[in-house]
Amino acid sequence: MRFGRTPEQHAFSEALDDLLTAADVVSASRAWSAGDHSPGLKLWQRLAELGVTGLLVPEDQDGLGASPVDLAVAFERLGYHGVPGPWIESVAVAPALLAGTSDSDILQRLASGEALVSVAHASRALDADVAERTYALNDRVGLTAPDSAGPPPSGSGGSTSASPALVEPGERQRAGVETNTAPSAILRHAVVGAQRRSVDPTRRLFDVTPGEEVAGGDAGPALDLGTLACSAMLHGAGLRLLDDSVAYVKQRTQFGRPIGEFQAVKHLLADVRVALDFAAPLVHNAAVELETEAPTAARSVSAAKVAAGDAAYLASRTALQVHGAIGYTREFDLSLWILKVRALVGAWGTPTEHRARILESLVEAR
Amino acid sequence: MSTLEFTEREETFRLEARDWLAANNPGRLPSMDTAEGAAAHREWERTLASGRWSVVAWPEAYGGRDASLTEWVIFEEEYYLAGAPTRISQNGISLLAPIIFGHGTEAQKERYLRDMTDGTLVWAQAWSEPEAGSDLASLRATATRVDGGWRLNGQKTWSSRAPFADRGFGLFRSDPAAERHRGLTYFLFDLSADGVAVRPIDQLDGTPGFAEIFFDDVFVSDDDVLGGVGDGWKVAMSTAGNERGLSLRSPGRFCAAAERLVELYREEGLDKLDHRGSKVVDAWIGAEAYRLYTWGTVTHVEAGGSVGAEGSINKLWWSDLDLSLHETALDLLGADAELEGPWLDDYLFSLSGPIYAGTNQIQRNIVAERVLELPRGSQKGGAQ
Ligand SMILES: Cc1cc2nc3c(=O)[nH]c(=O)nc-3n(C[C@H](O)[C@H](O)[C@H](O)COP(=O)(O)OP(=O)(O)OC[C@H]3O[C@@H](n4cnc5c(N)ncnc54)[C@H](O)[C@@H]3O)c2cc1C
Repeated sequence: MRFGRTPEQHAFSEALDDLLTAADVVSASRAWSAGDHSPGLKLWQRLAELGVTGLLVPEDQDGLGASPVDLAVAFERLGYHGVPGPWIESVAVAPALLAGTSDSDILQRLASGEALVSVAHASRALDADVAERTYALNDRVGLTAPDSAGPPPSGSGGSTSASPALVEPGERQRAGVETNTAPSAILRHAVVGAQRRSVDPTRRLFDVTPGEEVAGGDAGPALDLGTLACSAMLHGAGLRLLDDSVAYVKQRTQFGRPIGEFQAVKHLLADVRVALDFAAPLVHNAAVELETEAPTAARSVSAAKVAAGDAAYLASRTALQVHGAIGYTREFDLSLWILKVRALVGAWGTPTEHRARILESLVEAR
Repeated sequence: MSTLEFTEREETFRLEARDWLAANNPGRLPSMDTAEGAAAHREWERTLASGRWSVVAWPEAYGGRDASLTEWVIFEEEYYLAGAPTRISQNGISLLAPIIFGHGTEAQKERYLRDMTDGTLVWAQAWSEPEAGSDLASLRATATRVDGGWRLNGQKTWSSRAPFADRGFGLFRSDPAAERHRGLTYFLFDLSADGVAVRPIDQLDGTPGFAEIFFDDVFVSDDDVLGGVGDGWKVAMSTAGNERGLSLRSPGRFCAAAERLVELYREEGLDKLDHRGSKVVDAWIGAEAYRLYTWGTVTHVEAGGSVGAEGSINKLWWSDLDLSLHETALDLLGADAELEGPWLDDYLFSLSGPIYAGTNQIQRNIVAERVLELPRGSQKGGAQ
């Protein structure tokens, strides 16, 4: 029995850390927010050289053919350093979504970091202005809002080919239970419309209108990989918020002593540590289950998303509290993570949607 | 679960445990904190020992199976999933035995270990005193040197199992002149010895789950000093970690309780995600996180690592999880929640989780100071 990262995965994580610590990620983020993509794209290129962009691209298309666990390792670090850009869409979702479609021609250039891709799924497309191609899925596959027994959103028919068959929510309700269902949601090219403002200024969101059809098939695994990456990113952001908070409370003094000596402050931070420590194995497990295609994989992905989101959110609220007013400013870099966490908690399935998916699986599994 | 791959040997072990439990498990017994329940629990310990399932991780010479840490956790998972009774021997097996193995003399191992594996000797932990709870090192009960041994005086309290136990273990101040942590010695004693008086105290559930113990010139021979004279604190702290970490709260209990909670939710005819459904899911996620975290810990320990102050992280998690899981169950039961029954019993017990084994405030201090390395300042964290 062995549960945890391999030495290679630890080394990969450290290599990413070294690169990102040396790079000025904060400036790149701030530039990205203002619409200047060049520092962010330079960073994208450097991470591509370390293999991040090709993680899930098959080896015969110049990718690494790596595992979801490697993906989670990388996204935790991207979250920790607050790297801007459509990472989840391009690196976690696109390879699985586009494999075997007429659009798979882009995968090689995705792997090398030359191309960026965005995917809108029942929401808006992130960073469509830098993406070479933007796609739309007409449904957030497999996730149902509570009490939404109604028909799935528009979209019907589709091919019966292996990928990507988009299954309507009702039919994928029983996560972990095999479903041989007809596809009902469709992958399309998207026509990009107006830009909207996100709570996280580095997330540049665009309305999309579905265009020409690309494929039908099961998009569930691709979206679960996106959700996994988002969970890992949240966990990484939470770790960063905690580290910055610990450093701050050791150095900030009030009443003649560091505020980290006050028990009220200590206890808040101890609770963050506990929450993050128990989210980590859920994220790792979800990655392992996606890799081994375990029947419970979808449910485990949802558990990871809920726990990582809750832990990161607690980390952000606590970070803000222990920093006091300085934390409430945009000027101070902490705001980058506070705002990113708020955005990611709702992205790739809200906590309620993921809890509903878990509950359905638990109740129907017996 | 497919995520954790077990060796063939481990799988065989799991199946053997499962089969044995299926054939022998008596299910829920009357509360061990009643005379009738204590007797039934001792009987169950005897049965467990006869199948050599009482202390699987111990050496074979002492009735164990030399099982690995992984196998021990596997056993615990099976044990609780089978719905087998809680263990009346827990204090001895989980808290005292590791110390005897680590610090005891050969004679102490011979005298005590085997008898705690089959319910012959049930032990009570006598650490807390009326004035010394969170600040355990301020304890006042004394041990005075006499010919061939020591005389114990003073009072202990909140001693679980003491009303029906045979022996106790605890700390006494053997050198009043020494610094508070230094002058303590760890003693083993007989609860029926001359000068010992045990006064049971009813807990919230109405059973005498713990007791006060009064010592009036109780003689203890040198043979019953555990570890060196004056080394009591050091020795005791090695069990405190056990108590908060793996040994007392194996994930199996919470996974099994979470499964039962999902079952209850289904039985109540609920399937939509309302706020109660969310809480059921969160309890399930919490138990799942605890299970996976434990396997991470086992991996770390089997690779030669150790669990230090992280035991406090563990304790905060399981105690909060246990409480919210049972609060959720009562919420599902609605007006019937006030009626006597297994959910209510387990709920009442879960209320004590944030208090015993070191309160959760003390655990948060430990996490902040030893894990996050925040400054200690003037407010002492306390180590219990
Ligand atoms: C069910 C149960 C079983 C038990 N079994 C045993 C047993 O078998 N053997 C045994 O020896 N003991 C046992 N105990 C006792 C237990 O270990 C103590 O209750 C615990 O250590 C707290 O001590 P106290 O009750 O004296 O509370 P106090 O120490 O008086 O604390 C009261 C409150 O003040 C808080 N507090 C105290 N100091 C600090 C600080 N520095 N910072 C922040 N907050 C602080 C505490 O967290 C708590 O909330 C048991 C308790 C329970 C509830």
